[in-house]
Amino acid sequence: MIEVLLVLALPLIGAAVLAVIGERDFAPEVNVVASFCTLLAAAALTAKVVSFGPMLVLEQLFFVDPFNVFLVALTAFVGFTTSLFSRPYMRIERAHGHLTAGRLRLFHSMYQLFNFTMLLALLTNNMGILWVALEAATLATVLLVSLYRTPASLEAAWKYFILCGVGIAQALFGTILLYFAAEKVLGAGGGALLWTELNSVKGDLEPTVLSLAFVFLLVGYGTKVGLVPLHNWLPDAHAEGPTPVSAVLSGLLLNVALYAVVRCKVLVEASTQTSFAKELMMGFGLLSVVVAAFLLSRQKDIKRLFAYSSIEHMGIITFAFGMGGPIANFAGVLHMTVHSLTKSAIFFAVGHATQKAGTQSIDGIRGLITLSPMIGWALALGALAILGMPPFGVFASEFLILTTAMRDQPWATPFLLIALGIAFAAVFSKVQPMVFGEPNAHRLPHRPALVPVFVHLALVLMLGLWIPPYLAEWYRQAARLIG
Amino acid sequence: MAGVPLYAQFINLFAAILLLIAFAMLAQRRVLTLIDLFAAQGLALAISTGVVAYGTSQPHLYFSTALTLLLKVALLPWILHRLIRRLDVRWEFEGLINIPTTMLIGIVLVVFAFNLALPISQLASTVTRSTLGIAMASVMLSFLMMITRRKAIPQVIGFLAMENGLFFAATSATYGMPMVVELGIALDVLVGMLILGVFFFQIREQFDSLDLQHLEKLKE
Repeated sequence: MIEVLLVLALPLIGAAVLAVIGERDFAPEVNVVASFCTLLAAAALTAKVVSFGPMLVLEQLFFVDPFNVFLVALTAFVGFTTSLFSRPYMRIERAHGHLTAGRLRLFHSMYQLFNFTMLLALLTNNMGILWVALEAATLATVLLVSLYRTPASLEAAWKYFILCGVGIAQALFGTILLYFAAEKVLGAGGGALLWTELNSVKGDLEPTVLSLAFVFLLVGYGTKVGLVPLHNWLPDAHAEGPTPVSAVLSGLLLNVALYAVVRCKVLVEASTQTSFAKELMMGFGLLSVVVAAFLLSRQKDIKRLFAYSSIEHMGIITFAFGMGGPIANFAGVLHMTVHSLTKSAIFFAVGHATQKAGTQSIDGIRGLITLSPMIGWALALGALAILGMPPFGVFASEFLILTTAMRDQPWATPFLLIALGIAFAAVFSKVQPMVFGEPNAHRLPHRPALVPVFVHLALVLMLGLWIPPYLAEWYRQAARLIG
Repeated sequence: MAGVPLYAQFINLFAAILLLIAFAMLAQRRVLTLIDLFAAQGLALAISTGVVAYGTSQPHLYFSTALTLLLKVALLPWILHRLIRRLDVRWEFEGLINIPTTMLIGIVLVVFAFNLALPISQLASTVTRSTLGIAMASVMLSFLMMITRRKAIPQVIGFLAMENGLFFAATSATYGMPMVVELGIALDVLVGMLILGVFFFQIREQFDSLDLQHLEKLKE
């Protein structure tokens, strides 16, 4: 119990402290320490859940099972590495005069608050609080997206706020409908929105209401996942915000929103006894993969390019969870992990590359390998990893998803294969000259943080070659829970 | 209306008022009047929640009533008025589509909403179930308002009005959500409003106007 409270309290305390001292010279270090303590607490929680199984805490207010505990660990880990990356990154931005002291304070405080909302969304047992936490996550990041106050960043933040706000309002209606159906079985009061309670009576919930609820929930949370055609906010928010924010948006927020969808899907599927929820998720997932793959080749901005790649990968994961079954769910959970690690690593590398080149335009960044071999290799390896080249982990999960699709949903396989091929051609042809072309860039005033990049890539490589037995067991349990 | 208790008739009355105000907001060009209409809608919502609380003896709904009065009738309109004064914007604005067309689309949406709500309200056991259609209709009308308006503040008012409709849906279908959730939603709305306030100043500082046409540079 104490672990759950620590995981939630530490980022909250961090946010409060950084709201006061966030502009000082040592604030980035405080940010790192707060994230590191959260990671330790999350590790303790994980160890406990692994050895003692699922647990309910504080009068069923919080619920930890293998499915969310791995996301908690991942969130805390990427939160920590991103804080390591943001330390030099934000210092360089400050030295380049892009930011004032006040905005740096805003960044640090909101960064911790964002981590808090993510962890709250993952740990809560109450579907209503889940909604509140996801909306709070939007609110915490909207001012981060507009941190530079450029016209484009303001537009991106406005779009993000309004689209996600409207989307999440749909999810609220879905939650109301869910409560409406649950109230009949469980009686009025707080108990009727607790996921564990809902899960125990999921077969008795009214199927018509739940189908309608799922449409609203999928559209609502799907907006945050970035599913096509609700993805418009995503590339703008990723491209215009500071790079650490892009890294956590792609690496964490999208996962957590998808987590919400999957939690709902478990209930709806058991209630309706039809493949309605599955088909809906597969449809949205496939559409996202295909549309994002085609849009990839038209991108001129490096951060937008990888934002579209996030849409594509979220589509793949949604499709995998839509198919369901032990193997597809296993692959979906694995893909969430490797995508999160790889994409944040790429954004770290891209962040320093854009600082070196002084532009985010793909044409403006050339020859990283001669100027800064480490950044060059980081970007090249990251791009290969995200494109699903063996032996990286993304290959393993995509391979599992594709083979399951061939067996269960053969009609979808050609679309997936073509989309993956197009994505490969688009991303590779754009990244290759950035790494190997004629150099043009300048020196950075602070040493770039490349340790997180290589740690992430090493982890992804390891997951591709060998998944530790306890982790595999963990994923298997999570896959069984999702059904 | 034999067999329908008096308080239920009152709820229907206020539901109708809610819908009428949603239409009035759709047709309103002046931003100050729009804020007043939003406050009036909040009031209708609060009274109907209060009547539901009284009629069905749901004590926690009194709390929701108080929350609605405080937040949507007093605090948010006050913040919006202050913002308007500080930003010194008092323009009348044109929507993307002219008003009569918008109203016609609105009517179609209401019919659609009633159809969509029909299967659910048949399942509901609450006395207020007939108002679920109205709740959905006002959500959709607010949505329409957000789509057709170009300026930042009317879009936000549309957003808040949508939240009113959702709240009304929660009361009419289930006698309100659990308290902790309602508090969380209220907190999110309030914080969101404050952030938007900051945001308006940023947009104004950057573009010298709150016209969202400036915010149409990012494509794909």
